[in-house]
Amino acid sequence: MKGPITALFRRLFNAVRDLAPIIIVIAFFQIVVLQQPFPNLGSVIVGLVCVVVGLTLFIQGLETGLFPLGEGIAHAFARKGSVVALLAFGFCLGFGTTVAEPALIAIAAEAADVASQAGALADDDTAREAYAFNLRMVVALAVGTAIALGVLRILKGWPIHRLIIGGYVLVTVMTAFAPDEIIGVAYDSGGVATSTITVPLVTALGVGLAASIGGRNAMVDGFGLIAFACLSPMIFVLGYGMVV
Amino acid sequence: MEFLSEFVVTALGTMVDVLPIAVILVVFQVAVLRRRVPNLGRILTGFVAVLLGLTLFLIGLEQALFPIGETMARQLAAPEATGATAAPGSEIQVDWRDYMLVYAFAAAIGFATTIAEPPLIAVALKAEEASGGAIGSWGLRIAVAVGVAVGVSLGAFRIVTGTPLSWYIIAAYAVVIVQTFRSSRSIVPLAYDSGGVTTSTVTVPVVAALGLGLAANVPGRNPLIDGFGLIAFASVFPIMSVLGYSMATSWLNRVRQARRSREEAAWS
Repeated sequence: MKGPITALFRRLFNAVRDLAPIIIVIAFFQIVVLQQPFPNLGSVIVGLVCVVVGLTLFIQGLETGLFPLGEGIAHAFARKGSVVALLAFGFCLGFGTTVAEPALIAIAAEAADVASQAGALADDDTAREAYAFNLRMVVALAVGTAIALGVLRILKGWPIHRLIIGGYVLVTVMTAFAPDEIIGVAYDSGGVATSTITVPLVTALGVGLAASIGGRNAMVDGFGLIAFACLSPMIFVLGYGMVV
Repeated sequence: MEFLSEFVVTALGTMVDVLPIAVILVVFQVAVLRRRVPNLGRILTGFVAVLLGLTLFLIGLEQALFPIGETMARQLAAPEATGATAAPGSEIQVDWRDYMLVYAFAAAIGFATTIAEPPLIAVALKAEEASGGAIGSWGLRIAVAVGVAVGVSLGAFRIVTGTPLSWYIIAAYAVVIVQTFRSSRSIVPLAYDSGGVTTSTVTVPVVAALGLGLAANVPGRNPLIDGFGLIAFASVFPIMSVLGYSMATSWLNRVRQARRSREEAAWS
């Protein structure tokens, strides 16, 4: 029984070490720079204990749950050998995890407000809601397409930098032509697609795929799915802003 | 009692987030793959641990760190802290040097929140495993955190000066493209990925509060136009710092090797 318990303590210690920088920075600025006491210290300490235990459980669960699951699915698809099914899976995973993302819902609503203030949109609630809904669909579609494309890249062994640099060039060119009020939203929409549960699963999927296909290297081919998922929403949202 | 209801609400929220993933996984497993999942019990336990852990993590942050971090971001951006109080009647002048404390705070908080970012921990663990230990998970996390620190700090500078966001981002892209062609092929995909994982649970709320607080307090800035974009900075600069880190280590190795071969030549 000694093994698991020491392992647990090591994980707890790691979580404390991970959080130490935040605590130090906030304490330093609060006490030394702003010279103010901590408000309700009791609830702060309870909260910190929750954070440490939560991070410990999260990492434990990552290694026993999400990583093996992602890798298992990758192996199963590789053995089945159906490219269409694999691409469909990638698309669904990207679309499904993005469409309900709370950060995206918030950004879309905000973007609708900006657009109606700028006069690009009729100033009533139905128009705003329709705009926000369309924007969410566009981003979800973009992430789905990106994961499917990224999976295809792993299968074919295409070099990633050509696709990503091509994407950057496209973003740069489109920025020049897209209406001003969409640009900030488009740039920020790249970051919202990558939630805490999706990232480990997608990373494990990519690395697992690269490991189970002959001639692919886990480092060269396995990573990069998240990079696609960050870049494509920018392109799609800029495009949406130009069309609407 | 209050804690319990908060716990239930956050847990429900996390479950709603996970629901689409679970549905997709089950549908494909049953309809397409038609195979039993090996070690199903273990994986389900792991899933429950992830959900529970994330819930506790979010509640704890909400209780302990976010309120202080957000107030602090607002207070530091306020004119009293910067000493940028324009004399009444005089023309409002923004001097970017008055905001040094804000840049320092932006860098420190960007670094600290990135170290604790759960998706980054996940990617770093996977990278260490996939590279057979050649890329240490701490080295990667520190490189990414340095990138976020520089990015957020520069983003704060941009808000203060009011220069257009796209100039900075496009220039950053140009640097990334040059670095890509000078780096080893195996680090490039990981570097691109590390841009996306930094903007998540821990970093976004604090950094967004900093941006909006700054845009609301600096004279002549509009929160709607100038408040956004810190996230974009935080996701481009880690790509640069990870590529830079790998270029630096491979350059050091080359120097060391060259010196060794020179010494060997001198001995023989």
